[in-house]
Amino acid sequence: MDLLTVVQAVQTMFPDAAAEAVAGALVIRKEAAFAVLDQLKNGPSRFISLQCLTAVDRKEALDVVYHLYSFDVRFLLTVKVVLSSEEPSIDSVASLWDAANWFEREVYDLFGIKFLGHPDLRRILNPDDWAGHPLRKSFASSDIIQKPLK
Amino acid sequence: MIKDELVINMGPQHPSTHGVLFLELRLNGEIVNDCRPHIGYLHRSIEKVAESRTLTQFIPFTDRLDYLASMNNNLGFCLAAERLLQIEAVRRAQYLRVIVAELNRIASHLLAISTFAQDLGAYATALFYAMRDRQKIVQIFDELCGQRLTYNYVRIGGVSGDMTPKIAQMIRDFIASEREILKDYDDLLTHNIIFKARSKNIGVLAQDIALSYGVTGPNLRATGFNWDVRKDEPYLVYDKLDFKVSLGTVGDAWDRYFVRVQEMRESLKIVEQALAALPEGDPVVKVNKPFRPNGEVYMRTESPRGDLGFYIVGNGEAFPYRLKIRAPSFSNISVLPVMAKGLNVSDAVCVLGSLDIVMGEIDR
Amino acid sequence: MAINESIPGAAYIEKMPGGQLILGKSEELFAWAKSSSLWPLTFGLACCAIEMMAAGSSDYDIDRFGSGVFRASPRQCDVMILSGTICIKMGDSIKRLYAQMPEPKYVIAMGNCAISGGIFYHDTYSVVKGADALGIPVDVYVAGCPPRPENLLHGLMKLQDKINTKKDKAAV
Repeated sequence: MDLLTVVQAVQTMFPDAAAEAVAGALVIRKEAAFAVLDQLKNGPSRFISLQCLTAVDRKEALDVVYHLYSFDVRFLLTVKVVLSSEEPSIDSVASLWDAANWFEREVYDLFGIKFLGHPDLRRILNPDDWAGHPLRKSFASSDIIQKPLK
Repeated sequence: MIKDELVINMGPQHPSTHGVLFLELRLNGEIVNDCRPHIGYLHRSIEKVAESRTLTQFIPFTDRLDYLASMNNNLGFCLAAERLLQIEAVRRAQYLRVIVAELNRIASHLLAISTFAQDLGAYATALFYAMRDRQKIVQIFDELCGQRLTYNYVRIGGVSGDMTPKIAQMIRDFIASEREILKDYDDLLTHNIIFKARSKNIGVLAQDIALSYGVTGPNLRATGFNWDVRKDEPYLVYDKLDFKVSLGTVGDAWDRYFVRVQEMRESLKIVEQALAALPEGDPVVKVNKPFRPNGEVYMRTESPRGDLGFYIVGNGEAFPYRLKIRAPSFSNISVLPVMAKGLNVSDAVCVLGSLDIVMGEIDR
Repeated sequence: MAINESIPGAAYIEKMPGGQLILGKSEELFAWAKSSSLWPLTFGLACCAIEMMAAGSSDYDIDRFGSGVFRASPRQCDVMILSGTICIKMGDSIKRLYAQMPEPKYVIAMGNCAISGGIFYHDTYSVVKGADALGIPVDVYVAGCPPRPENLLHGLMKLQDKINTKKDKAAV
């Protein structure tokens, strides 16, 4: 199994997902993300393991990155969804993988991405009364003492 | 809030929470109705720090993630960085890495099973045994890299110091003595009737739940699911070494314990083979210029606690643009509410102890 | 006399048939007793806690100094060993634990993190820069990342010296 097969399968099944392969990852549109991920998990390839869920702040946009693994076809698939950096939100996949519950809470805590339909979207690492989302590139805090560059 | 429900705050300072974990237990008498883990009490912003350190400078921070298995963390990060930079370590360094990673796995499992026994009430004896044996491994590492806990030994492209004949002899002595000593653990714990009564059929983790929650490592293998990154996605020279993947049958606390004991035996075998096959060469690398990672990589290795993944995104600068650590304990602890529900408080502690978590990598 | 030096606080020692007669100020003799049974709190913050456990194991045996009785409740403790990184979320709990300890109480800051933030001083948003920044008075600083168990034992002996030679906080 390789990435191209997955991308082609997604393209035929979900024409509105605008699926394409970019730098080793399957990139899909936010609106179709849940349906595609549902199909990937419950479809014939059975990506039953959500290895990792995280985000990358690209300043003008935010990428949500899913690393899925299928024990059946032994393939690690990277799925990316690009969100706008203003009020980012995406459908939660906690109903598909239980592992997503805490991963999404972490991404919400560190990046401020809202996961719609998440059962319990609270901060997980930082205190509840914390302000800001520290892994955003725009984050600034008086607590941070920068390491002097030589 | 249900009538007659008692809320107990367990932690963040509690001897059975293995660090600064905070469990909010809702009890009906002695039975756990609901268990809510609260984490983040050791959140040290390591992923933020990574964005202002070069890859080489970041290696010491990986030591402090899972501080019981620093070598495995060094290794996981360096392998991910090497895959991104398309470097391959010299063959001698690869064997040395296998040796230190497996020795560290033994040290970590020793502490895991002994603190688990302590959680069940076997006060001190098992812990003293384990600390005594762990001390031998620590002395080997001390000789190898000068540190007892945070090694910074595995470097990108190689390791920081070569093996000497003295260290090789220390390792051989350790293997010989530990083979015998592991039988003591069987007498002390494995076949101990009280230990079995406290851990058999307690906290049974179903395979589908474990997979859905992303549970990995010995906890997943205890459910009978055959998954070991060393076997299934071999890195370094694991495909040339002969070892078995230990599996449990029912996935209870005793199985999780026993998988670890078996893994220690297998690790001894691996170390022995790697030491015998150690090729010649200079494993120490000197790096003058900082690496400039470009592109992205997700690489996982088998740490003593499960799949340890590093996701590195670079944009051609010396500092990585983003670094995400997929810590096995993070997913392993998230399944605790499911397992603890309906148990006695003392059995919930047993389940927590059998999961073998390290707060450093949960909170990062 | 050699024995005079080994008993802090003893001003006068006389050998008598069947034993010794020791004269000294009660405060100082109490301080001697106190310094020989410093019970630490079972409280591991991070990596250094493993070395604290190692100090309790048979190879280093912290019990030789009367500090082997790790208590889980702060109300039964004399010394708090801050063994690891202090994070903002944890800060309030540490302050509360310190407040719960009965006087006289002592604090050992074990490791660079508890001293100043250590390796996590720069570029972090969630780390308290040491116990002093948190407002916990520290008696002994033990440097290292992590300190070796011998180093912790040395710190403990320094604390014993401090108790024996200086007036106790509670006695002032």
